[in-house]
Amino acid sequence: MKFLCLECDRQMAFDERAVPGDGTMAAVFKCPECGRKTAMLANPMETQLVSSLGVKVGGRTVPDANFEGIRSGVATGSDEAFEPPAASPGAVRWSVEAVERLGLVPSFVRGMVKKIYTDYAKERGIEEMTPAVMDRARTDLGLEGM
Amino acid sequence: MNSGIRTYHEVDELPSDLPDQMAAQDERVSARLASVARVVAVMSGKGGVGKSLVSALLATAMARRGRRVGLIDADLNGPSVPRLLGIEPGALVEGPDGLDPPSSPAGVRVMSMGLLLEPERALAWREPADAGFVWRGAQERGALREFLADVAWGELDVLLVDLPPGTQRLAELHALVPRLAGILTITIPSAASRDSVTRSLDMAVTRGVRLLGVIENMSGVVCDACGTRVALHAGDAGEALAESFDVPLLARLPFDPELGAAADGGRLEPWVAGAGPAAEALGRVAERL
Repeated sequence: MKFLCLECDRQMAFDERAVPGDGTMAAVFKCPECGRKTAMLANPMETQLVSSLGVKVGGRTVPDANFEGIRSGVATGSDEAFEPPAASPGAVRWSVEAVERLGLVPSFVRGMVKKIYTDYAKERGIEEMTPAVMDRARTDLGLEGM
Repeated sequence: MNSGIRTYHEVDELPSDLPDQMAAQDERVSARLASVARVVAVMSGKGGVGKSLVSALLATAMARRGRRVGLIDADLNGPSVPRLLGIEPGALVEGPDGLDPPSSPAGVRVMSMGLLLEPERALAWREPADAGFVWRGAQERGALREFLADVAWGELDVLLVDLPPGTQRLAELHALVPRLAGILTITIPSAASRDSVTRSLDMAVTRGVRLLGVIENMSGVVCDACGTRVALHAGDAGEALAESFDVPLLARLPFDPELGAAADGGRLEPWVAGAGPAAEALGRVAERL
């Protein structure tokens, strides 16, 4: 799927991804010439179709985690299936509020989600994970539902 | 009607990234399997012929002979390999090179959906209600791909892939592993099994997958007292399939009541090491592989 700005006859480039609610995934595209933006809205079924292929609209912003598709796709996974990641020296500190929020993530995928947030913070020199950092990571990385 | 709008293929300033992402997934499988000498599928078009049991037995027999063996339980909806090999579900550990696979007492490295699901729960995917049929195939293919690519299999002489009944999973496996060494076919003697397996083998041949041979399971029962083999099923599917597809009949495994108890208890290794006619026949197959 491509988007063409008819005014400029230029292909629009992927700009950002958003999750406005009710399972909708919005992929925003922008004309490099005139700056006009348009949003492609995918319903939950369409979003699921892309997700089941293990790909991300707009390109991957984080590398594949091991068993990413299984962890995020299986609804009946065991809470004890994966060992929680061990803290390493120089690890990012998690605030109480961030830990509470992480606790809302199903435990089958919690380890993977924690690693994604932690890697995000490490790459940016962030020493403490807070809900605000998690929000930024979600926006920057396009982590729908995490 | 010409609207003046360029076509999809004419608009190519920014090529789609999705094919690249899918190609990267396949490359990840290839990279992982670079340390695996041979990938062999175990299949049958028929359910209930003992594919998983024969896979587990063969893997154990090969491991006892010093081979480095892995076994993927590709029956995502009816996983049984962990129980057969005596592997208790436990937390998978994330190693530096991927998820470390648990090993059976004989040293067979295993991955199975049975290690990941809640006890006694069926495999269910997160999906809008009653619409999962649209993409379930893609999700299951994705799970098989992750079993191949994300597990730290290490150096292996053989990676067996125990396929579920039917033909679809073989097509998925072959697409992911074009250098598949071949398939071992399991049948029981009955005509019904011969019909189902014939269709599966026809599909495999059409895809250009090499047929390594046929193993006939539940091939009668041997009397302990006199050694006479008594038929359990009418038919000679093993021989007929081997002849039709010009492949060797690798073994005819007689039914062994002791094997049932060993399988349920996850104690296959003592049985494999035993001197029964089925264990000996299986050992010969392990030698040939």
